[in-house]
Amino acid sequence: MTTRTGTTRSTTAPPTTTATSTPPAPPAETMRDRFVSVTGGLLDEDPRTAVVLAEISAAGFTGAARRHPHRVINVGIREQLLVGTGAGLALAGMRPIVHTFASFLVERPFEQVKLDFQHQDVGGVLVSAAGSYDWPQGGFTHMSPGDVALLDTLDGWTVHVPGHPDEAEALLREAVRGEDRVYVRLSEQSNAAPRAVGGGRLLRLRDGGPDAPVVIAVGPLLDATAEALAGLDATLLYAATVRPFDRAGLREAVAGRATADVVLVEPYLAGTSTREVAEALRALPHRTLGLGVPRAELRRYGTMADHLGAHGLDAAGLRRQVTEFASLRGQTG
Amino acid sequence: MTATASTTPGGIGQSGFAELAGLMTRMAGAEKHVPAAHSTTDALWVLYDRVLRVTPATADAPDRDRFLLSKGHGPMAYYAVLAAKGFFPRDWLDGFGGFDSPLGHHPDRTLVPGAEIASGSLGHGLPLGVGTALGLRARDLTEPAVWVLVGDAELDEGSNHEAIDFAGASGLDSLHVVVIDNASASWGTARSQADRFAAAGWSVAEVDGRDHEALYAGFTRPHPGRPHAVFAHVEPKSA
Repeated sequence: MTTRTGTTRSTTAPPTTTATSTPPAPPAETMRDRFVSVTGGLLDEDPRTAVVLAEISAAGFTGAARRHPHRVINVGIREQLLVGTGAGLALAGMRPIVHTFASFLVERPFEQVKLDFQHQDVGGVLVSAAGSYDWPQGGFTHMSPGDVALLDTLDGWTVHVPGHPDEAEALLREAVRGEDRVYVRLSEQSNAAPRAVGGGRLLRLRDGGPDAPVVIAVGPLLDATAEALAGLDATLLYAATVRPFDRAGLREAVAGRATADVVLVEPYLAGTSTREVAEALRALPHRTLGLGVPRAELRRYGTMADHLGAHGLDAAGLRRQVTEFASLRGQTG
Repeated sequence: MTATASTTPGGIGQSGFAELAGLMTRMAGAEKHVPAAHSTTDALWVLYDRVLRVTPATADAPDRDRFLLSKGHGPMAYYAVLAAKGFFPRDWLDGFGGFDSPLGHHPDRTLVPGAEIASGSLGHGLPLGVGTALGLRARDLTEPAVWVLVGDAELDEGSNHEAIDFAGASGLDSLHVVVIDNASASWGTARSQADRFAAAGWSVAEVDGRDHEALYAGFTRPHPGRPHAVFAHVEPKSA
């Protein structure tokens, strides 16, 4: 199933596969493909659900719109209306699923996210695509590395960052079943295999020694992180849900330690979750390294692999930064 | 669908409208937005007294009419009408804006019985109204009407234009907008705004916003297949 929208201008979908240098072998089906097919099924199963679109991915919902003409709503290229309509549906007792690229879902209509959902105290599921670096040829206008940080200024949002289409499906289903406010951040980047995500827990994939860094990989950066840590003494945790952050899970991972070194590897703005680490480890002296997308605009096109390399988020860059961070342990200068 | 004050639970009898001024003075300690509050009084009264199918007893009923006060500025008339109709006790008005009062200078739906939305930031009510109308339709609740009250200057906000164009083009005929026109926009006129609604496919009525019969006629004008906008012209804010 294609999810290209067929619209013109800058709303054209990013390519689902990159043409030249290859990012870590993504499956043929993207998270966005899965979102479209699973949501079509959810519309069939649950009469409370409604999908609100602003052209992006609308072509993928053509069949669902035929089956449910009143529950698949494409408002055109109107993102304030997109979010306001979603919240209005919730006020009327529906469970809205609101979708477009992250930059147009969270950043452009941010006040609608803040007021129409949070301040009205209604729930809904916002599902974004194209994340931080998923369509580098589209440039910075279609990148939203700050989306999770922006949602951190609000109250009561659950944030899922799946790392595989199967995880996207599981987390989407979990989100739609609930009543609260959920953001599901889909990416073109994917790990080779899904993990058993859900319930908001950190998964402990590897245990290092008592002084080894504790590395938390988020969503689609897991494979690169695992590769980066090959042969290094490190604990590896995996998060596909970052808000609420599994503080207890992090504390368990460092139980018995006198100090802890924590590395966050996030596919959005670097350092977004350092506050969560600080809150989780209030009782423990610790150091934190927040890796992710820098604030500075790259102003380069190319491929996702190019951008991951430039951001230090490929395996080599991550290994270099984790090793350097570990070597700083105990230094004061 | 017409409810009179005398039959509305908690109502205050046939003299209802006349008592609003007295209720509003109970909030007069706070002068913020007073002219704006008064610009909406007549339209709000006619809506709640004769048009909206909602009472305190049906404030949570799925098939109630929805009234969304988008222009959250100057909610004193709104609070006075809700109190007069029995949505909350009249003595709540005395605490208007206080730390322990549920009644702020902009309404909060989680605090005010009968308030469908929290407002204050302009330009949110109409998109929320579009979604509410679509949600009711999706639930096969075809009877309830959705009403949104905006100010003429509030229509400066581009979010309204997204909603106006979409609702008109999609023929969302359960949606109604009341534009309180007190000529408070620095740029543009009610004329250009009414033309805009019409161009987008809306039914448009223009009435004297102080004339209760004219308001009622404008509110109840049939508009099959199209959303309906009522421009209620009142004295200019600067006058």
